[in-house]
Amino acid sequence: MLKKIFSRDRQKGMSEEWQTNDNVPAGLMTKCERCNEIYYRKEMEKNLFVCPNCDYHHHMRAWKRINSLFDEGSFEEWDANLETTNPLNFPDYLEKVKKDQEKTKLKEAVVTGKGTIEGYETAFAVMDSRFRMGSMGSVVGEKIARAIERARELNIPFIIFTASGGARMQEGVLSLMQMAKTSMAIKRFSDEGGFMISIMTHPTTGGVTASFASLGDYNFAEPGALIGFAGRRVIEQTTREKLPKDFQTAEFLLKHGQLDRIVHRHDIKPLLVNLLKMHQRTFTSEQTPFFSLEGGEQD
Amino acid sequence: MKHILEFEKPIYHLREKINELRKISMESNINLQEEIKTLEKRLARLEKDIYSNLTPWNRVQIARHQERPTTLDYIHLLIDDFVEFHGDRYYGDDGAIVAGVGFYHNNPVTVIGHQRGKNTKENIARNFGMPHPEGYRKAIRHMKLSEKFRRPIITFIDTKGAEPGKEAEERGQSEAIAYNLKEMSGLKVPIISIVIGEGGSGGALALGIGDHIHMLENATYSVISPEGAASILWKDASLAEKAAESMRITAQDLKELGIIDEIIPEPLGGAHRNVEEQAKNIDQVLVKSLLHFANFTPEQLLEQRWEKYKNIGKYLEL
Ligand SMILES: [Zn+2]
Repeated sequence: MLKKIFSRDRQKGMSEEWQTNDNVPAGLMTKCERCNEIYYRKEMEKNLFVCPNCDYHHHMRAWKRINSLFDEGSFEEWDANLETTNPLNFPDYLEKVKKDQEKTKLKEAVVTGKGTIEGYETAFAVMDSRFRMGSMGSVVGEKIARAIERARELNIPFIIFTASGGARMQEGVLSLMQMAKTSMAIKRFSDEGGFMISIMTHPTTGGVTASFASLGDYNFAEPGALIGFAGRRVIEQTTREKLPKDFQTAEFLLKHGQLDRIVHRHDIKPLLVNLLKMHQRTFTSEQTPFFSLEGGEQD
Repeated sequence: MKHILEFEKPIYHLREKINELRKISMESNINLQEEIKTLEKRLARLEKDIYSNLTPWNRVQIARHQERPTTLDYIHLLIDDFVEFHGDRYYGDDGAIVAGVGFYHNNPVTVIGHQRGKNTKENIARNFGMPHPEGYRKAIRHMKLSEKFRRPIITFIDTKGAEPGKEAEERGQSEAIAYNLKEMSGLKVPIISIVIGEGGSGGALALGIGDHIHMLENATYSVISPEGAASILWKDASLAEKAAESMRITAQDLKELGIIDEIIPEPLGGAHRNVEEQAKNIDQVLVKSLLHFANFTPEQLLEQRWEKYKNIGKYLEL
């Protein structure tokens, strides 16, 4: 039974090449996963890991993402000292965590903190799917919930980039409950006027999709990202139905009303800046007039 | 000038004649200045005569004009940095309603409106501006966000009506409209609604619970389309023109009935004759409305909204 759950998790998580991707030996060249064009790594990085030929959005490491968005030197990391334990005494769990720590130089599957984007202060969480497929255990849930709570206390927006295979099996029901904890934190934040943007990146699945990833005031996704609750193969096997080719892609979700927009990686920063600028006011700031011409005309 | 309405034909014929004379005068070097001048004078008179005596049915035709500016045209002209949002988070992305945020005179606002197409392809994508439940659900979600972030809401109304169809019924068309009416009633931010084309029935009203409601000069607003009224009243949709005359659907009528606040003038011949001028006319009225409510408290807003709507209706109390 457990084995079955694991293999299912892998199916709805990501393919092998996904895990190895971005891990290409630190050579000069890199190959696009989709069209096989070869590029200088530097060139690919400058293009935010979007293939200049076919526009495929490759995996982006958490710190690369943070550095691409935040004003230089403005980023402050939160809760880097939280350690994963083995609450269910699951065989090999901590070894696997350790291996991923070495591989990714991350302590867990999410980095949280705050910083400024073109001057707009915001709290932030970025998941990294290289680490245990970005799955959510106690540490991931706790870090995200704390980041949201701090955003509430500081009265600043919260932006999250999700990438996850779902719940962390090795932490069992403790993992499940992180869905409740993070969602509750969002409710508290939102009820006090907190502004949250969720940007789903490839892949965002399972319990993460069914909690914080879907709870932004705005939910966006990168083109082509796989987003869903249950895995394609699980659905196909249980329903014996052939699913459409674009099933659970960002484009499929947009068509079915689940997303507010699909945003090309190059357009994410300008969009965030525009929206941050537009959401400086909340219903708690009742002293500001609803409308005024005193701000001066733009043209 | 591809789409000439029946009652405008005399104008276009005269204009063609003038153009012909110009051409002849150019080509054969004959001086026809006198004749052209006379005809031009007559044209100006004719235009004024026709456009200042529009019947309700003429206005229906102008309101439905294929080139009539739509919600997105006004958004482009009036709103800066507009970001459109798509889904309703339940079922689909309804092209018949556009919703988003942007800056209006440097103030964040939410803008929501019905969206028609201007050609067949667009009209199919936009379902001829007739929303499904998901359109209304998208709209109310963004109105609630607008309340959360203390932004005024601007709505543009332009629909024959909500989509009448099997799927719309299955997904709760009535519930979607009703829910919007109820929730819009309680939003603690100013709502300004402008009827820019056709205001058809509950499908229009579901975006139209405004603190101020304005109508473009040639817009119409009624409980049903003239065709629908004719077929219900007289079992004959071809009597639409007669229905349009008797239903009191023009901006002037609604002003007299105490439902709308201002009539926004249109360029001679209709909004499509000069979209920029039309946007400017809208801008003037919109700014005035927003300034009017700028410093209302939530309580004041809700109180005056209730005052406004509870006073609509005509009856005799004995
Ligand atoms: Zn490529």
